[in-house]
Amino acid sequence: MAEHIEWGEGVVRATRELTSDIRLIEIAPAGPFIPPSPGSHINVGVRIGDRSDVRCYSMVGPCAEGFYQIAVKRLPNSRGGSAYMWRLAQGARVSISAPSNHFELGLGRPDYLLLAGGIGITPIFSHALALARAGAHFRLLYACRGRGDAALAQELKCEIGERLQLFVSADGTRIDMSAEIARLDPEGEFYVCGPIGMLQDARRAWNESGRPIERLRFETFGNSGRRPSVAFTAHIPRLGKDIAVGADQSLLEALEAAGVEMIFDCRRGECGLCALPILSVEGELDHRDVFFSDAEKAANAKLCTCVSRVYGDSITLDTADR
Amino acid sequence: MTNDKPFPVNAWYPAAWGSEVDRSLTARTICEQAIVLFRRADGAVAALEDACWHRLLPLSMGRLVGDQVMCGYHGLVFNAAGRCTFMPAQKTINPSACVRAFPVVEKHRLVWVWPGDPALASPALVPDFHWNDGVEWKGEGGTFYSLKCDWRLVVDNLMDLTHETYVHAGSIGDDAILDAPFEVTHSEKSASMTRWMLDIDPPPFWARQLGKPGKVDRWQIVTFEAPAVVIGDVGVAPAGTGAPQGDRSQGVNGAFLAAIAPETKTSCHYFWNFVRTFRTDDEDLTRALQRAHVNEGKGVYDQDHVVLEAQQRAIDRQPRQPFYNLNIDAGALWARRIIERMLENERGPKGAVQAAE
Repeated sequence: MAEHIEWGEGVVRATRELTSDIRLIEIAPAGPFIPPSPGSHINVGVRIGDRSDVRCYSMVGPCAEGFYQIAVKRLPNSRGGSAYMWRLAQGARVSISAPSNHFELGLGRPDYLLLAGGIGITPIFSHALALARAGAHFRLLYACRGRGDAALAQELKCEIGERLQLFVSADGTRIDMSAEIARLDPEGEFYVCGPIGMLQDARRAWNESGRPIERLRFETFGNSGRRPSVAFTAHIPRLGKDIAVGADQSLLEALEAAGVEMIFDCRRGECGLCALPILSVEGELDHRDVFFSDAEKAANAKLCTCVSRVYGDSITLDTADR
Repeated sequence: MTNDKPFPVNAWYPAAWGSEVDRSLTARTICEQAIVLFRRADGAVAALEDACWHRLLPLSMGRLVGDQVMCGYHGLVFNAAGRCTFMPAQKTINPSACVRAFPVVEKHRLVWVWPGDPALASPALVPDFHWNDGVEWKGEGGTFYSLKCDWRLVVDNLMDLTHETYVHAGSIGDDAILDAPFEVTHSEKSASMTRWMLDIDPPPFWARQLGKPGKVDRWQIVTFEAPAVVIGDVGVAPAGTGAPQGDRSQGVNGAFLAAIAPETKTSCHYFWNFVRTFRTDDEDLTRALQRAHVNEGKGVYDQDHVVLEAQQRAIDRQPRQPFYNLNIDAGALWARRIIERMLENERGPKGAVQAAE
């Protein structure tokens, strides 16, 4: 990504289960503690098999005690970052970056609507606490699968009371996105963090409401799709390559590993630099980026290789090589 | 980042006179933050980070389109809250694209910005600078933009007026300043220096303002309000007419006003005014007083300007040379103590700030 990451060392101070598959991890930086602004994340260096990778985790709350608190959801069958994070015990050493913020909270609006889906609660939790402290008018809609999955719901109830509304899909409660947006002050802002499907629903409802797009704020993790991540093959006739893309690997990573020269920046489906032209698809395209519009995605002419993938057998791509 | 700078960032600093900010883009650096100021159509002032999210070109080199700033390089558009509202050649907008928006308050004829944590920026914390409102007290001042000295040197200068005797001889300087006792007091957020010079010959400037013959009682009551405002209540009254006891009705009362914004570690913006409660309708006097302070190098503040920049150059040449302090520096030392305490609060792990990144 464009920003330069400065790495430092940290020590896991404590871990605590928030739900059966979400764990709070407290990391004490060896260097100076930098108080995270609401919506900040830190980068953590992870080991996946024999290779190193980087994962981003949002801060949980203001971290007033001088330690970075993150929450990590263990993904089923993951051989990736979340499994590594869950293996960290007290005293473990980790590489961490200083906090940085791609999901900044703007103060001073007359009203706010916050929407979290699942583990997307982590930055939204920090936003809610900051808004409560600022005396702002806001509501938080928190959607999760089962009652037991609502990490931080108790803490939120204590801090923000009735302003929290839980939507549990196991109970059959659903969020009426358009109605919720209609209740928001016309000058209000809408903050969303959750799976890509929720984000797309929110974006569609927001666009239909005719409100200015810059008042919809969202953060993407780039790893959630409409479909599960499965292995597939990428054919590149121009280069005569057939590249296997693992279920735990992005298309961009597989292309790079196979020696395809790529340019990219954000690696989370925002900037569009790593997009390649699609020649054909065997299976269903799972666009997981926020760079292309709905119409562009429907046309299936290009995909963001950093996050998007195929649910099916294979994809045939072109590259910029000449 | 925690604050490792020599200035607190969680404070309101003056950035411009209200009259200077209009429907154009004004670039100003406050506490090492490049800021672009403009007036929105509804009259409110907006302050954004003066660097495009995309390639960092100063937004002040672009143009105002409605209430939004269009970058002069690739046309990205940012609204008054710093949110990107347009990106070229794509159908969507990158969700993390924004520039910082700084809290702004326009009060006492100045535009104040808060370079630190916006969550702490309460408008109630704007320093009392009502002398500058142009209502009860009258006067027109000015600004030394990018004065090449550490902002605290200006505080030092104003908190000890014995320098008048040497820097401003012939106008407000007077040997009596050296002989009169002074009292220094302080509170959590302020420091004051009070000096009464009783039954003295008035210095030339004050003799002219008073326009009465004979000896005077002269006062200087200078108050520092942390971190960057100094108010000097000054004047003379015919000796023995009760001024020290509170009856200034026979005298003339002025106030020198200073609001200082650090620009960098070694430069600052010094907003000044000299206001008065006598002959308030006399616009010729207003202009004469303005010229007496700043006038192509000949005003009293021009004299300070020369001293302050020369002092900074000397410090730069001898960075290890400590200052020595004299009895006369008590007011300045209390002011610096209060500033230092603010800095400690911003540096500590608790209550530390997200300073500007």
